[in-house]
Amino acid sequence: MANRTLASRKQTVIAIFLVIGFIYLVRLFYIQVIDKSYTLSANNNVLRYVTQYPARGLIYDRNGKLLVYNEAVYDLMVLPRQVKEIDTAEFCRLLEITIEGFIERMEKARSYSKYKPSLFEKQISKETYGYLEEKMYRFPGFFVQPRTIRFYPKPMGAHLFGYVGEVTQGVIDKKPYYKSGDYIGISGIEKSYEEVLRGVKGMKIKMVDVHNREVGSFQEGRFDSAAIMGQDIYLSIDAELQEYGELLMQGKMGSVVAIEPSSGEILAFLSSPAYDPNLLVGRVRGKNFKLLSEDPVKPLLNRAMAGTYPPGSTFKMVNDLVGLQEGTLDLNTRYTCQGKGSSPIRCTHDHQSPLDVYVAINQSCNPFHWQVFRTFITNGGHGGIRNNFVSWRNHVMSLGFGHKLGTDLQFELSGNIPSAETFDAIYGKGHWNAMTIRSLSIGQGEILVTPLQLANYAAVMANRGNYIVPHVVKSVGEKGKKSSEFKKVVPSINPAHFEVAVEGMRQVATLGTARWYQIDSVTMCGKTGTAENPHGDDHSLFMAFAPADNPRIAIAVVIENAGFGSTWALPIASLMIEKYITGKVKRKDVEEKMLTTKLY
Amino acid sequence: MRERKNIFNNIDWTLVILYLVMVLLGWVSIYAAVYNEDYKNIFDISQSYGKQMIWIASSIFLALVIILTDARFFSTFAYAIYGFTIFLLLVVLAIGSEVSGSKSWFQIGSFGIQPAEFAKFATNLALARFFSAQHINIKDIRTRLLPLAIMGIPALLILLQNDTGSALVYSSFVLVLYRMGLSGNYLLAGALVVVIALSTLMVGIVYVMILLILMAGVLFFFMKRNRRNIINLIAILILGIGFTYSVEYAVGNFLGEHQKTRINVLLGKQIDLKGAGYNVNQSKIAIGSGGFSGKGFLNGTQTKYNFVPEQSTDFIFCTVGEEWGFLGSLVVISLFMTLLARIIMLAERQRSDFSRMYGYGVAAILFFHFMINIGMTIGLVPVIGIPLPFFSYGGSSLWAFTILLFIFIKQDANRNALL
Repeated sequence: MANRTLASRKQTVIAIFLVIGFIYLVRLFYIQVIDKSYTLSANNNVLRYVTQYPARGLIYDRNGKLLVYNEAVYDLMVLPRQVKEIDTAEFCRLLEITIEGFIERMEKARSYSKYKPSLFEKQISKETYGYLEEKMYRFPGFFVQPRTIRFYPKPMGAHLFGYVGEVTQGVIDKKPYYKSGDYIGISGIEKSYEEVLRGVKGMKIKMVDVHNREVGSFQEGRFDSAAIMGQDIYLSIDAELQEYGELLMQGKMGSVVAIEPSSGEILAFLSSPAYDPNLLVGRVRGKNFKLLSEDPVKPLLNRAMAGTYPPGSTFKMVNDLVGLQEGTLDLNTRYTCQGKGSSPIRCTHDHQSPLDVYVAINQSCNPFHWQVFRTFITNGGHGGIRNNFVSWRNHVMSLGFGHKLGTDLQFELSGNIPSAETFDAIYGKGHWNAMTIRSLSIGQGEILVTPLQLANYAAVMANRGNYIVPHVVKSVGEKGKKSSEFKKVVPSINPAHFEVAVEGMRQVATLGTARWYQIDSVTMCGKTGTAENPHGDDHSLFMAFAPADNPRIAIAVVIENAGFGSTWALPIASLMIEKYITGKVKRKDVEEKMLTTKLY
Repeated sequence: MRERKNIFNNIDWTLVILYLVMVLLGWVSIYAAVYNEDYKNIFDISQSYGKQMIWIASSIFLALVIILTDARFFSTFAYAIYGFTIFLLLVVLAIGSEVSGSKSWFQIGSFGIQPAEFAKFATNLALARFFSAQHINIKDIRTRLLPLAIMGIPALLILLQNDTGSALVYSSFVLVLYRMGLSGNYLLAGALVVVIALSTLMVGIVYVMILLILMAGVLFFFMKRNRRNIINLIAILILGIGFTYSVEYAVGNFLGEHQKTRINVLLGKQIDLKGAGYNVNQSKIAIGSGGFSGKGFLNGTQTKYNFVPEQSTDFIFCTVGEEWGFLGSLVVISLFMTLLARIIMLAERQRSDFSRMYGYGVAAILFFHFMINIGMTIGLVPVIGIPLPFFSYGGSSLWAFTILLFIFIKQDANRNALL
């Protein structure tokens, strides 16, 4: 009896088993099927999102010569959430940083995000990387991210290429593509062609084990996205000419810009003093940037576009062109010149008098050009002095002055062509006339131009009345593939009048102020300028193009505080023209003098 | 020849097949848990899955030996076997080697033997032998104390080895005692003790006491209010309140810091994902991330990359949960349920008390391991390091569970011969 009752207890026992089994199944169903948070945690545990940084596009010159390429470096990244107790002392020793530096970096990373990787130490050396990689498992939360940095085989083109640096928070906020620690072009071509050069970042999802070691890719890389390499860029720059220009400009402050007139392609673009672009790369960038920015000769300033100078006598043809266009000047016009006794502007050259426009250009006669300017401003026929001036200004600006040219480079300055309003403000409306603003007749006063505008002006002359917006990139992706069309601009002056100015410029080189630096086989058309500089010694300027027919190069040279245009700017320009057109320089004495002279 | 054939005919093949299925699933899970690209061969004996294969093969051999042994051997020598394992437990205390804090291993070359695992079936044998004696009266005080001693001695020795988990296993014999006629009130009381203890720790002693007094009040209202009942009620109330105090006191004064945190983490009073909660959290993540149908064989990430500790031994269920998902969990739990129910059914059909009690002991031990092991991986019970029978990696435990089960299978196969 008792046994029978007790035998029924098996049901109780089995019931206990089943109840527990059922409870466990319910629990398992909940955590495995209903609650998705565990999957998420599992992914956080094991997945590491490693950004794949594409190498930036390479930069070649117009002949396919490699100017900028990449080198591999390694960034040490940190994921603060995963950082456990590590041997900080050893870690710091490996990285050659101080404990304070370690704490500071960690705090910075934590304040950015505990869950997202941030840069701990950028561009560690290959040796450090080697040591670190072996010991990485002892430093959970840290990992290494391969990157590339720029390398320049020749230390030139610093202002042209610009530089690449870490993206700022402001940029991150505006452009979500960028994440903290990314690199971005900050100036020069690197900036203006950033989107072409940078490529597209990829993402590799890697799995790590509990010791922070990578153990493979997630789902055979199904969710990985490959980085797309940046596109290569072919510049219009002629590397040899650029290099030669930089050599010639050593020890001189100023700028040289050379343009192929028919296409608007910039052949050489340099600012001096320059610096080795390799200085602003990698870990040394911060330190060198500080040094360069504190240097009194301002090597970081891109004088070619961001330096503005009074054009001086190079501007004289502008007044002639306006006069010719408006009919206040013609080929029969003669003005007298009393040389040093001229008033209100004296002449600095000895020449015949009276003289016509050709002689006035080749002898750079101040009184003649004052007369041309005065005649138009006073009797231009637009209804008063002020209106004549407005018309004058419009003509001038149509030649590419006083506004940005719109090149494919960043940080271009407009220069300055003063407006009627400016003079109204200074002198009062109706209280100024040609006499008041006479400096404009010889490219002085309020007029300021950039070397780029001056070179473009030479190109306008070469093209006899038009220009194509100057640019430095010839093709993107592959050689010969046109990147984009640059606008052809036609100034408000008839092409016929340019023939007069060009003839004047031809005579400058043969008979006039530039006759000492003729090139044997090449006819050069140019104009010197010695710009009075209120801040110091005169600037030496020269603008030219060559050959006279079917010109291949238009050039502007500005050398600060160097005196006469014919002494420094002219020989450098003529050497570069000779170099570009004939391929070699015969006038070794001139070359030698220019290469060795230091002017600051 | 004929006799041998008979033996195999009488064997309960359901149990044998369940056993084989579980052991093989365990082997595959171990392979998946510690899978390493460099050692892809599941038979590679330098890896734990290769070793497990050896353990499985030797276990099957052991099973065969047991089947071929005279069934009476085990009842006859029950006390001797029990005595021998007690001796081993004493020896291991003296000269054993310590593995992760527990001094419970005999180290023989690269293999370790854990006497505590074998003490389970030995104790079960001894208990069954005791209860199979004539004129057993569970109400007799001596009859109550002796089995307590049989269970208590190995439990105490194992506790001294600092292997709390294995010692707790001996509490599972309460099911055997229940079957022997122990009042169901003890089971209830036991469950109540656990509930009161847990709720004391969870919601605080004051609330539990108020609740107990309220319950007593309600009982007082509805029960027959004779003198005896009232005295009992008051006695139980005082005992209950006293118990809550002692739980609070014990946790406050006797438990080590890490045990306290383990309990607090389990109860959700403390969140510590790096320390005590780490194992459970990672284990839950591994199982939870398996989803309905799992990530697939060898595709588990949490177990494989060592986020889950002890993934081939105590946390082997994580691999099942992660790679085979809820379906896999369902299969494993169903296997255990079927096995346990089957053992109880077979135990009831035994004619000898020895076989029946032994069967109940087998079910109780397996059930306790199942409950604690899987419960801990899904965060329902505290982390107590005991293996999942037939699945977890380890020679001693696999041998011990095999012997435990196959002695029962042998007894069952022989149930007619014995009379």
